[in-house]
Amino acid sequence: MSKISIQHLNLWYGEKHALKDTNLEIEENKITAFIGPSGCGKSTFLKTLNRMQDYVKGVRIEGLVSLDGEDIFGKGVDPTLLRKKVGMVFQQPNPFPMSVYDNVAYGPRIHGIKNKKKLDEIVEKSLKSAALYDEIKDRLHSSALGLSGGQQQRLCIARTLAVEPEVILLDEPTSALDPISTSKIEDLLMELKNKYTIVIVTHNMQQASRIADKTAFFLHGEIIEYGDTEKIFSFPEDKRTEDYITGRFG
Amino acid sequence: MTSITAKKTRISDNILLALIGICTFFSAALIVVIIVYVFSKGIPFFKFKDLISPQSALTNPNGLLGNIINTLYIILGTLLLACPIGIGGAIYLNEYAKNKKFVEAVSFATEVLSGIPSIIFGLFGMIFFGELLGFKYSILTGCFTLTLLILPIIIRSTQTALASVPESYREAARGLGATKWYMIHTVILPSCLPGILTGVILAMGRIIAESAALLFTAGSAYLMPRDFFSHFLESGGTLTIQLYIAMTNAQYGQAFVIGMILIILIFLMNALAKWITKHFDVNTKE
Repeated sequence: MSKISIQHLNLWYGEKHALKDTNLEIEENKITAFIGPSGCGKSTFLKTLNRMQDYVKGVRIEGLVSLDGEDIFGKGVDPTLLRKKVGMVFQQPNPFPMSVYDNVAYGPRIHGIKNKKKLDEIVEKSLKSAALYDEIKDRLHSSALGLSGGQQQRLCIARTLAVEPEVILLDEPTSALDPISTSKIEDLLMELKNKYTIVIVTHNMQQASRIADKTAFFLHGEIIEYGDTEKIFSFPEDKRTEDYITGRFG
Repeated sequence: MTSITAKKTRISDNILLALIGICTFFSAALIVVIIVYVFSKGIPFFKFKDLISPQSALTNPNGLLGNIINTLYIILGTLLLACPIGIGGAIYLNEYAKNKKFVEAVSFATEVLSGIPSIIFGLFGMIFFGELLGFKYSILTGCFTLTLLILPIIIRSTQTALASVPESYREAARGLGATKWYMIHTVILPSCLPGILTGVILAMGRIIAESAALLFTAGSAYLMPRDFFSHFLESGGTLTIQLYIAMTNAQYGQAFVIGMILIILIFLMNALAKWITKHFDVNTKE
């Protein structure tokens, strides 16, 4: 069974029809990559999956998105609980202006964990899972803003892991990072997929082909093609997919 | 072909440069002249014992302690009233209010409010708080009146500070499942605290400087408080009010001494504001 099922999802920003009748099944414990040129709707689609669109003015959404069979737009759905299950990592590393420790403990504290010992454990475990602990274990109580860009992004991943989500959405998480930091995060994602369902938006087709099990190609608000990454990159069915991945446009 | 080394000077440029240079010199010189003048007139009359004893016809007709304490009372009382209302209001306007027209209307109203001459606040305060609500000439009436006067400053500076918080902090907090209020008090407020505090200090400067709005509300008494709380219900003139009274009595020596103290206070306030923005800014701490 798929972890997230998207059926006939349409989204409008005011008059602009940004997502057109999109359908997708996101599988559990896999990495699903969204590729496509700028403005094709891939980030919009991603942000719909944990209802971050709620804060965009003039947005209108139709269609069904279900997480483990539950409609995320359904009555009585608490968006904060949804986002505990479906975490998000953004394009620009965005640590809070507080210590490394407080950044990671932020999520657990929202959800009511106050015990110091428990928090210590969570912080250590999350930083270890994000392959950051050894680098910064002596700086847990200094400001997160002093870390390098790559470290900040792994900290943001650790912060997301600390609330024990089931799905992690990543919106071009490495586009602001150098190649070494990028490869560290890619390795990390490969490891994390054993425990989590990962959805990543990327501009970088090599990145998609390196790490993703499944790839969806977006164009003008539509999902043109979706399938196993290998197949999409070797034998794309649609001419437009082929044109994009061979670099003819985009 | 023109060479890139051939320097071309335009006379109009030089004239303009000279003009703005003169303007800068005048504005800087003006401040220096005022300060030097006030100090040169004030220092000969300055006695330290005036700072530590209240005015009394018998022992020290120039004592200022009562006025200093009244000033502190007015600052404390006004800030206690205005900060929660102003900061709370700004948070509501920026973070919660959905109706754009309403927000615009309130912003417009605060703008107008900040342009009203303070003597009108004094008139309103005297009639409304003093007579209608029955607080008479008292420090509390003065605090209520000044609250109206400084609310626009606090609301405006808090709104600006809130708006300067990077959107990415909000996204991150929402992404982790934070509710709005949780996000505001754990991330938004700490990160814009310097901006809010700077506004509060500017407002304090305004309180210290105010005279017209206080003359008919807080009055001009200079006695020492008999009791901490009941003093709020007694008449009390601030340093600025005392300066006004000294001038009407042609006691120019005392007036310049007070002027000196006020200038020093304002100077300290501004230094404090600078220091706060530098040291409380979590966004630049490494």
